[in-house]
Amino acid sequence: MIRLNSESKNILDVRGMTKHFPVGVFARARLVHAVENATFSVQYGQVVALVGESGSGKTTTIRMIARLIPVTQGEIFFEGADILKTEPHRASMDYRSKVQLIFQDPFASLNAVHTIEHHLARPLVIHKKATDRQEIHDRVCELLETVDIKPAAEIARRYPHQLSGGQRQRVAIARALAVDPKLILADEPISMLDVSIRMGILNLISKLKEERGISYVYITHDLASARYIGDQIMVMYAGHLVEGGNSEEIMGSAVHPYTQLLLSAVPDPHAGLRTRKDSGARGEVPSLIDPPPGCPFTARCPRVIDICHQVMPEQTEVTPGHWVRCHLFGL
Amino acid sequence: MRVVYLTMRGPVKAVDGVSFSIKPGEVVGLAGESGSGKSTIAHAILRILHPPALITGGQALFAGLDILEMNDAELEQFRWSNISIVFQSAMNALNPVMRIRDQLMDVMLHHGLSKTEAAERALNLFDLVGIEPQRLDAYPHQLSGGMRQRVVIAIALALNPPMLILDEPTTALDVVVQKDILQQIATLREKLGFSILFITHDLSLLVEFSTHIAIMYAGEIVEKAPARELCDNPLHPYTLGLMNSFPSISGEKHKLTGIPGSPPDLVTPPSGCRFHPRCPKAMPVCSQTAPLTKIISADHSVACHLY
Repeated sequence: MIRLNSESKNILDVRGMTKHFPVGVFARARLVHAVENATFSVQYGQVVALVGESGSGKTTTIRMIARLIPVTQGEIFFEGADILKTEPHRASMDYRSKVQLIFQDPFASLNAVHTIEHHLARPLVIHKKATDRQEIHDRVCELLETVDIKPAAEIARRYPHQLSGGQRQRVAIARALAVDPKLILADEPISMLDVSIRMGILNLISKLKEERGISYVYITHDLASARYIGDQIMVMYAGHLVEGGNSEEIMGSAVHPYTQLLLSAVPDPHAGLRTRKDSGARGEVPSLIDPPPGCPFTARCPRVIDICHQVMPEQTEVTPGHWVRCHLFGL
Repeated sequence: MRVVYLTMRGPVKAVDGVSFSIKPGEVVGLAGESGSGKSTIAHAILRILHPPALITGGQALFAGLDILEMNDAELEQFRWSNISIVFQSAMNALNPVMRIRDQLMDVMLHHGLSKTEAAERALNLFDLVGIEPQRLDAYPHQLSGGMRQRVVIAIALALNPPMLILDEPTTALDVVVQKDILQQIATLREKLGFSILFITHDLSLLVEFSTHIAIMYAGEIVEKAPARELCDNPLHPYTLGLMNSFPSISGEKHKLTGIPGSPPDLVTPPSGCRFHPRCPKAMPVCSQTAPLTKIISADHSVACHLY
């Protein structure tokens, strides 16, 4: 087994991970550069929030980590093991039980014709976490109580349509917890929920992090919730990770022009009514199909310089732990 | 205003005795969760509700005229020239097989402008919302989501209406585009002076964008106040709960609680105050009688037994 620094405090290390999707055929065959050269790590017991607009490659990133789609290029180290080499064809049961997903839409991620108990019993049976019926039932109730669904035994008999959106998302979290995961990949878990119940879900995620030391990659397009729950924040633009670091540091002293643009666009009731100036960074996200070289943000960047059109800058550390990929910071 | 949806499980009082007014040039925000009845109000004002929805009572007075009393011919003249609306999924509201120019001119031709006038106005409108004129000949799929949204706003402004209803105009857009578009609407409003009824679930957006805010819960308005006042001095426990549901990107980080429980089923709404099962300050009286709306100060009113 290939090991990478087994003393590492990182549960997950991603190195140069890239995903290209082919589109078109033969002469018109082209490539969508969905994720380009992503390098980051997740520490044990931390929440890494991955922020970006729709289409920026966030979901593709976690789908590669969950190994739902093959990786075009790059390495993924999970608990020190280079899993694309140790488990080259498909993820092992062990990996699948350690890395779990929560999806965006709790109305689509549960099967309408099965009870809640069925949803939670399946992972227990498949991963041999419980064997006899009574044990399975007890574990299901325990899981529901962990995610604050009460009375557990009664809810377990219900069907998904009999639950509210918030309860369904809690069931989805309970399903992920069933196999004792170490890393949970949460894909916009609150964006489909009513505003008044979103905080409950985020607080539950934080509580599980504290109590069980579970690490998360939390995907969102909402910087405020990323700050609320994330220990680290990474910003993604057009398939590239452009900036990352401690969440307070990113909120307070972001240096990449795109992160600054995002921050200026967030409505903030506590900051009060401001007369806002035009940010000057109009424009559109570039096409990801066979993109030109250079930084993808050049078309909208207010501080663009010549070299930006030619090469994508490497990661540069601004302060310890805070990195950026921008030519303004670097050599 | 009262609106009922007739369902198999019984009538749903989606809007239950809601009153509010908008002065010229004001931006009134209507905030609430999904199912609180905010879009239903917008649709009722323009009389575009379809069965099983039924307007069962109330008045919608526009400059003294009751929209609910108008006949079909009057309505046809009234809509769009006096109040226009930008729908929630406005990006998909455009006809995919018609050029933008034709869709923009359609409404003007229908309301009696000549072809040359309409064509000229179309150019003006594009200038107003900041899209290059050559895009007029594009089809909707050739434009980005943000641009389509601008086109829909241009269509809403085509007849220069004194009032605009925005029904979650930016929920499908990214934050940067959202800010761009709202800024543009704010600038246009200053220039043209129309009033806005702004509907959204995003309270933080509302506080920034509107002059007055009404908070809806389960078909009723629970609190009404000027935006600044509501933000500084929220009174209703539901408003407080909503305020507690939006993390901030600046200032000290503290734990937010949101609101426990989930919105009620309106076929069988809770007795008394509809918020009492989720209310942290509920008293015995709350489950028995529905609170009346109390005037706290000139502009600030709240429906809660605490006051």
